Amino acid sequence: MAKKNRMVNEINAGSMADIAFLLLIFFLVTTTIAEDKGVLVKLPPWSDEPPPEMKLNTRNVYSVLVNASNQLLVRGEPMDIKTLKDNTKIFISNPQKLENMSEEPAKAIISIKNDRGTQYGTYLEVYNELKAAYNELWEEAAMVKFGKPLEELNKTQRSEITDAIPLVISEAEPTKFGEEK
Amino acid sequence: MSKFKKKQGNAQPAISTASLPDIVFMLLFFFMVVTKMRDTELMVTTNTPQASELTKLEKKTLVNFVFIGRPTPKYKEKAGTKPRIQLGDKFANPDEIPLFLEKFKTTVPESQRQAIITSMKVDSEVTMGIVGDVKTSLRKAGQLKINYSAKSRERTK
Repeated sequence: MAKKNRMVNEINAGSMADIAFLLLIFFLVTTTIAEDKGVLVKLPPWSDEPPPEMKLNTRNVYSVLVNASNQLLVRGEPMDIKTLKDNTKIFISNPQKLENMSEEPAKAIISIKNDRGTQYGTYLEVYNELKAAYNELWEEAAMVKFGKPLEELNKTQRSEITDAIPLVISEAEPTKFGEEK
Repeated sequence: MSKFKKKQGNAQPAISTASLPDIVFMLLFFFMVVTKMRDTELMVTTNTPQASELTKLEKKTLVNFVFIGRPTPKYKEKAGTKPRIQLGDKFANPDEIPLFLEKFKTTVPESQRQAIITSMKVDSEVTMGIVGDVKTSLRKAGQLKINYSAKSRERTK
């Protein structure tokens, strides 16, 4: 009797693919490519003694106060957040050489003071607008000086621009008028 | 009548599907290597504000996370409704930050410790009191590189 030797083992590999797909979907769902962009800030180093009383010419200081109602008071005048960036740029670059604005960009200092009751969203928006002012000034300086956009400059060229217009944002201790929610 | 031999055109071409799971496994291994399992469950709600001046966090291994927000409904009984700080996987107070930083430092090789960045994911409605305490704590511990996590938006004109 001719035995048909069924040596051919047909492993149905279709279900292997299903298992693999399941594992893949599991990993896609449980792992995260986390939100990883943000505003980079360098905090000033801590010192136990109060900062030295520096002889600061008030014309070089741009004070931004934010109260617990998230309102801005810039150099004594209330201001809307939308105009903060342009106003800051004018202060730093002082194109009209006004007496009450910075002597030169290298001497301009921005100081922020908020309240313990100020909302974080407002604080970050203020910081963002100030950083945007500097970034725009740097971009403009890059085009004028090197004819290239800021991202295309190499390290030394970039430091040239950032040394001419240094980012100096000092933060004061928050006031305690508002209520912390 | 000639016999029309019906050509067995439908020859069973046994397409071997054995390689299909191989392809899928390759994709799977790729994902296992590239992504990271979310090891910390977010116990506070963090609705980050929007900002335009964003920088990407380059090396994930050099970033430690601080979350500040109101506890999620799941943790409300344990932690209350006031904004809390979450360091790693548990709630903490500002004075526990130096220890948390030291623990993180041990996971980073000596030469790269200067480049450690602390990413703060803070809910936009949290008030600055608690954020200020965290910042002071970080400054005292010498951790000066901070990244405020935010969603991207266009720069104001």
